[in-house]
Amino acid sequence: MLDSAAGSRRLGRPTRAGLVTLAGLVLLALLPPAMLALDQPFYISLGTRVVIYAIAAVSLDLILGYGGLVSFGHGAFVGAGAYVVGILFVHAQDGSPVLSWPVAIAGSEAALVAWPAAVVVSALLALAIGAICLRTRGVAFIMITLAFAQMLFFLFVSLPRYGGEDGISLWWRNTLPGVDLGDDVWFYYLCLALLVGFTLLCRRLVGSRFGRVLRAAKENERRLRALGVAPYPYQLTAFVIAGAGAGLAGALLANQTGFVSPSPLHWTSSGEIMVMVILGGLGTLVGPILGAAALLVLEETLSTYTSHWGLVLGPILILVVLTAKRGLYGWLAGRDRGDG
Amino acid sequence: MAGLRVEIEAMADPLLQAQGLVKRFGALTASDRLSLGVEVGELHALIGPNGAGKTTAIAQLAGELNPDQGAIRFAGQDVTNLPIERRCRLGLTRSYQITSLFRGFTALENVALAVQARAGHSFRFWRPAGRDRRLIEPAEALLDRLGLGGRAGIRAADLAHGEQRQLEIAMALATGPRLLLLDEPMAGMGPEESRAMVALLSRLKGEVSILLVEHDMDAVFALADRVTVLVYGRAIATGTPAAIRADPNVRAAYLGEEGA
Repeated sequence: MLDSAAGSRRLGRPTRAGLVTLAGLVLLALLPPAMLALDQPFYISLGTRVVIYAIAAVSLDLILGYGGLVSFGHGAFVGAGAYVVGILFVHAQDGSPVLSWPVAIAGSEAALVAWPAAVVVSALLALAIGAICLRTRGVAFIMITLAFAQMLFFLFVSLPRYGGEDGISLWWRNTLPGVDLGDDVWFYYLCLALLVGFTLLCRRLVGSRFGRVLRAAKENERRLRALGVAPYPYQLTAFVIAGAGAGLAGALLANQTGFVSPSPLHWTSSGEIMVMVILGGLGTLVGPILGAAALLVLEETLSTYTSHWGLVLGPILILVVLTAKRGLYGWLAGRDRGDG
Repeated sequence: MAGLRVEIEAMADPLLQAQGLVKRFGALTASDRLSLGVEVGELHALIGPNGAGKTTAIAQLAGELNPDQGAIRFAGQDVTNLPIERRCRLGLTRSYQITSLFRGFTALENVALAVQARAGHSFRFWRPAGRDRRLIEPAEALLDRLGLGGRAGIRAADLAHGEQRQLEIAMALATGPRLLLLDEPMAGMGPEESRAMVALLSRLKGEVSILLVEHDMDAVFALADRVTVLVYGRAIATGTPAAIRADPNVRAAYLGEEGA
């Protein structure tokens, strides 16, 4: 698996998998000028949603596809990232501190404050949740990750200071020196750059010694222990990195929609991210990006024809899962080709 | 003087000493006050009829099962409560009767992972492990030694059964063991493959201490320095192969059955 990916890079000869990745990247890069030319700016915002959800899906794939950890609560970290942006925004508006003790934290509209804060808070949350969940396996792990996300959902529903069920409206996007985030095209390209950066980072990770231990724990945990390696610290680290990536997606999502609500914390949102990963291809990094695009575009187009779009989407999902071992990416890139 | 005394004590102390192990599964007593010692450099065979508790004994020695009673010392240290990964890092490594590999990894990746496990922590996030010469070169050397040199790029799941058994041993060796616990390394092998494994084990003898669980009596008596016979979880005899052959208790409990 590793050697094929390394080989294609070393030789510089285009492989089918490499061409799929390149074509996807070109499509994403050309989307804004194409849509502006066609006078369809709405599709830029759809594209932005695709790119943001792709970051969340890639981060989930790190633990689900490579680590074999079926986390059904990944929405918790997306939601946490979004709420960090939202809460900092609320306090920046009314001038009150977010916290006055033990450390004073003021609100902020600056992306360079709010986004890293979202990543750090989500990572810490993942550390706490992962430290507990990773002591379980199998169905227990699925259920306990789901339970934590639901706990957060009900926590934020019951916080009137931050809008309760109605959430927080962001009157404008975060500010970034030199970049007009309020401009949809700029914002799109920034999200795309973050997606590419995060995906490249994950690619290094899964090919490294760390990644090999993570995949080995998925393949045969007992044998890994017998070789002298306890998987827990590695799985927890992967869980934290995945949480951080999802937090970044959450921060971007809040900016994209101009709105922070408990809905990304709901288990259906976690399920949606999982569907993106499985539809696109578990254990491939390009796959989840394809999956995010396919799911959101299908939802969008089908919902213009019928409100019962789930009835069409369901069979498509079943078809892909049954016929493609590595999802859409497997179809496009060839069956046994991983990209990690 | 002090140095000499340490040396004498080290020689007197067995590498591995299990004392009075008891392991019960409900009404079944799988290990019944089992005591067992493996000397430095020795190949010690553990034999016994089916259900005698050999695999349970190995699991306790390796650290996968905790004994209900008793103590295990390894290299002068009490390891009774250490988990398997810690014991492995001390040099106590097991292989499995039912082949236990990373099936989606290539043969080379399987061994390279074991090399990596020995090389310290794996919180190395950036350099590709698949091109790391410090992992690949020792792994290739071990594959060559086990006769798998030409199969390095084949997925473990696609190797023949005998090759998978050899890969098991290569991985165990890659952890740099002082004592190998080999649970039926010849299980399911044809006569040709078995002969190759016996030849390999006799080459390993002296280089690393071995506790060998094996059903193939010809192999056991050809290889072992000492043999311990396990019946109903108890060690009924320990001695040289010749002494074990001559032991009337053993003949009655075990060898007799085989002959009949």
